[in-house]
Amino acid sequence: MAHSPNLPASAAGTAAGTSVSHDVHATGHGVDQHGNPTFHPEHPTAGTYVKVGVILTLITVIEVWVYYIPGFTKTKLFVPLLLALSALKFAIVVMFYMHLKYDHKLFRSLFVGPLLIAAGTLMGLLFLFGKLAVRLGLLT
Amino acid sequence: MEVATPMTSASESHGTTGHYTTTGLDNRKVAIWALIGSECMLFASLISTYLIYKGRSLVGPYPHEFWCRATNVTSDGPIAGCAPAELFRPILNIPVTSASTFCLLMSSLFMVLAHNAVVNRDEYRARGGGGIIGSSKLWLFMTALFGTTFLLFQAYEFTSFVHEGLTIRSNLFGSSFFTLTGFHGAHVTAGVIWLCTLLAIDMKRGLRPRDALNVDLAALYWHFVDVVWIAIFTLVYLIQ
Repeated sequence: MAHSPNLPASAAGTAAGTSVSHDVHATGHGVDQHGNPTFHPEHPTAGTYVKVGVILTLITVIEVWVYYIPGFTKTKLFVPLLLALSALKFAIVVMFYMHLKYDHKLFRSLFVGPLLIAAGTLMGLLFLFGKLAVRLGLLT
Repeated sequence: MEVATPMTSASESHGTTGHYTTTGLDNRKVAIWALIGSECMLFASLISTYLIYKGRSLVGPYPHEFWCRATNVTSDGPIAGCAPAELFRPILNIPVTSASTFCLLMSSLFMVLAHNAVVNRDEYRARGGGGIIGSSKLWLFMTALFGTTFLLFQAYEFTSFVHEGLTIRSNLFGSSFFTLTGFHGAHVTAGVIWLCTLLAIDMKRGLRPRDALNVDLAALYWHFVDVVWIAIFTLVYLIQ
């Protein structure tokens, strides 16, 4: 079978593993030579990934350290602090490791949309079954 | 009618495609994000169930309290007068779970380094290999190894819980806890299998920049498993 120049390189069996170094760090929207839309997000460097890993580890250490402070676990700050630290870790992984900070906004919508629905469902269920309502003083 | 254009390694590595799509994005990457979105809702329902049932168990063992089976009394500290055979400690083992959390976090770091090595392979080769940072085999192996270590920690935890009297049928805490963490463990297992297939391909023929999207899809799934655990670790283990 003759390879068509219009087929993708991989499908046509041609060597597509050419150097991409000039494209890897390019960013933004554009069009290819055929006028089709393309998107080339920027990626962080390996050094940035390692720094993010160190920050995530430090946040985890703080979480566990706070857990072992007997006086602090009884205060009203304990739960909000843990939730904030957890949310921070969540956001860092999603933004840097999952590249959502750099990637196309459609991917962001596909993740944030269901995440908001999930969070709303969780809050709604907790209200329905009384946990949050009791904690906020709406029910006795 | 779809218009096909030559697929370049650069476009593949960024989730764009040589095939015409209205967004200019590869359908596989859109699909994995849609899957991750749906998985968010699955885990939200499991976490909701756990939180709703939290503190509603009629009998122990309990996650954060001591429990005397003979009298069904719970306390923040050891219960005086309870026979040792009837006294159950708080069941959650925070040091062990902290170690397993660290393993999963590090595996996420190794996964992005593996992806980085594949995307920049040609650049690293031009500079003489890139050393450790340029070795996708090493990072994929480390990711799978740390993922497996997490699973071993979970197996140890489940086994010790059963020995201490907590099973999926013991009480509401046991049912919701084993369901939630078991589902997560199943996702980690699927991720480890996926990583092993990538590692096998890398050992056989080497992953090239044009394979970067395949690595990216596995990486996105793996990081999602990690962020779910970030939520579980706080909500289930740390908040009393």
